[in-house]
Parts: sequence; structure tokens; C-alpha cells
Amino acid sequence: MSEVIVITSGKGGVGKTTTTANLGTGLAMHGKNVVMIDTDIGLRNLDVVMGLENRIVYNLVDVVEGNCRIKQAMIKDKRHPNLFLLPSAQTRDKTSVSPEQMKKLVDELRDEFDYIILDCPAGIEQGFKNAIAGADRAIIVTTPEVSAIRDADRIIGLLQANELKKIELVVNRIRMDMVKRGDMMSVDDVLDILAIDLIGVVPDDESIVVATNEGEPLVGSDSEAGRAYENICRRLMGEQVDFMEFNTDGIFKKIIKLFKRGY
Amino acid sequence: MGFMDAFFRRRSSGSTAKDRLKFVLVSDRANCSPETMEMIKNDIIAVISKYMEIDTQGLDIQITQTQSEGANGNVPALYANIPIKEVKFHQNKN
Repeated sequence: MSEVIVITSGKGGVGKTTTTANLGTGLAMHGKNVVMIDTDIGLRNLDVVMGLENRIVYNLVDVVEGNCRIKQAMIKDKRHPNLFLLPSAQTRDKTSVSPEQMKKLVDELRDEFDYIILDCPAGIEQGFKNAIAGADRAIIVTTPEVSAIRDADRIIGLLQANELKKIELVVNRIRMDMVKRGDMMSVDDVLDILAIDLIGVVPDDESIVVATNEGEPLVGSDSEAGRAYENICRRLMGEQVDFMEFNTDGIFKKIIKLFKRGY
Repeated sequence: MGFMDAFFRRRSSGSTAKDRLKFVLVSDRANCSPETMEMIKNDIIAVISKYMEIDTQGLDIQITQTQSEGANGNVPALYANIPIKEVKFHQNKN
């Protein structure tokens, strides 16, 4: 049984690509056969986040136009042999692919993979329509900000209008110290507004920046974000995993703790 | 945020964000601008006023979400709270 999951948000820069890279890698670490498809034609990025930018020969548009076979365009991950990336084209635009072509491509991949993860571009135009065309399930990534949540709400409406029923939320880049002092909306506030199921909470974590710099997904690593992504993967596979408690200390308390550790 | 701010600040920015968001989503979801809402409101006042005297100051009309009885989840609903001052029954008699 294969599942096609689209990672979307509406707003740009909230962490769709990072989420795709980490969920793809995490599911592969659990032994699943996974392919990630970058559907952001013209602005490809999943390749650099995965550290696979030097291995691209063919891309999504080549496959759709019949210049190569799917197998030739898929790049095998350097860490996990059961993880693949189908990169997007950098020099073309969103209209190079139609929703029907995307659906056909995704359906062909179902035989071979347990999970097909689509990294959706920002916006609600053609690129978004392409990405959601063949999806069974959607993960909405949002940050606890007015603009991101507003866009997420719009995306949820569009997905529901497209008969996509399984929609779950990842609240990304949350800062518990700010939530605690009332300067950031809490996960409950976000859920109250968007009224969809929660599948994960990822804290704002510097290790994400480091991981992206190095082109190494951090899922499963000993960091708060790494554990958060690991939990999302388990929930995707149907496990019941409790939501973790994050460190609520601000920078001041962290410094005090550092000093205490010294003694 | 300084020490004094913590005492004098009326409310946190997080709840301000939530309230602003709720407000903006009402019109987003209903695909209806504040101007349209005002027009709907005025029309409702005009219709109801034919039959009863209403308190136009205390009038509250908004578009909210409600659980639909069908299977399609949340749907927008027009909510109106119209305080009645006096019912003009005599107008209805023949």
C-alpha cells in the first residue's frame, strides 16, 4: 500500500522543503521505500537541502516530456539506498507540467514506493495544483504567525474543495519561551483557528540551519527538531506518539543553566 | 521587553495576533469584504424594521463557521443578533 503525501503551506519560507527532506529521510530510516518529488519548477531547492545537487542529470520536466525514463531521473540518496529524489527543473516554469501529467507520474511510482512525498511550491497557482493532483494526504506546514496561518487557512479550503480529506498540520519554528510570555501564538491557538488534526510540532532550532548548511537532514539526531521530525514520521506510519515537551527556557535561563553545569 | 513594560502592557502580542487573525479569516473564508458585510447589515435592518423596532446600535452581524449537518465539515454561517425594542404587530393585521 503506497501513500502519496503533499507537503504544502501557501506561504513561502515556512519550512516545506526542510519538512519534506526530513520526513523522506526519516521514513527511509524506518526501512520504507521513499521517493521525494520537488514540484517547485523554476525554483528547485530540495536537492540542496538533501545535499544531492551535484548528482542531477535529468529532472521532472524531462520525465514528463519523455526525454528520459523515470528511473534515469531519480537520484539515489547518499545515505539511504531506499530513498530517492526526483528533482525539479531549474530553467523551466510551472506551466511545463499539467496536473494530469503529475497524477499519471505519481500513479506510476505507486507500485514501487511505500511513500511518495511531494514538495509543493508556495502560492496557489499552477504549481500548487500540480502538486496536489495525485495526493492522498496533505501535510500543511505553518509557523505561529498571522500571515502563515492565514495562508494555511486558504490552502486548507482549496484542498477540501479538491476532495482531499486527509489534512494534517505541522506547526513549525515554535518558540516555547515566547509562547510562555504570551508573545507568540501557542499550538492550541493555531489549532483553534485552523481546526484540523495536528501531526507535529517542530521547535525553532539552530541545528536546522546547520543541517541545511551541510545538506544533511537531521531527523533522528539528538536535537529537539530531529526528535520532532522522527515523531512525525512515526505518526505518519500510524503509530501513536505523544507530543513532546519542549524546552521553555529563554536565553537568560539557558545561560544560567550553562553556568550551573560548570560547577 | 523591559521590566516596566511587563507591568504596563495591557495584553500580549500573541493574543492580539490571534484576534486579528480570527477577524481577517472571517472575511477570507466567506469571500466577503467588510463593505459587503455593511451592505448586508443595512439591508437586514431595513427588512426587519418593517415589522419591528430594533436597536441598531446593539445589532451584531457576522460570518462565522459552523459544523454542517452533512459530511462536508465546517461551513460559513451568517450569525445575526438583533435586539428588538418593540414589535409592531398592528401592521400585520390585514
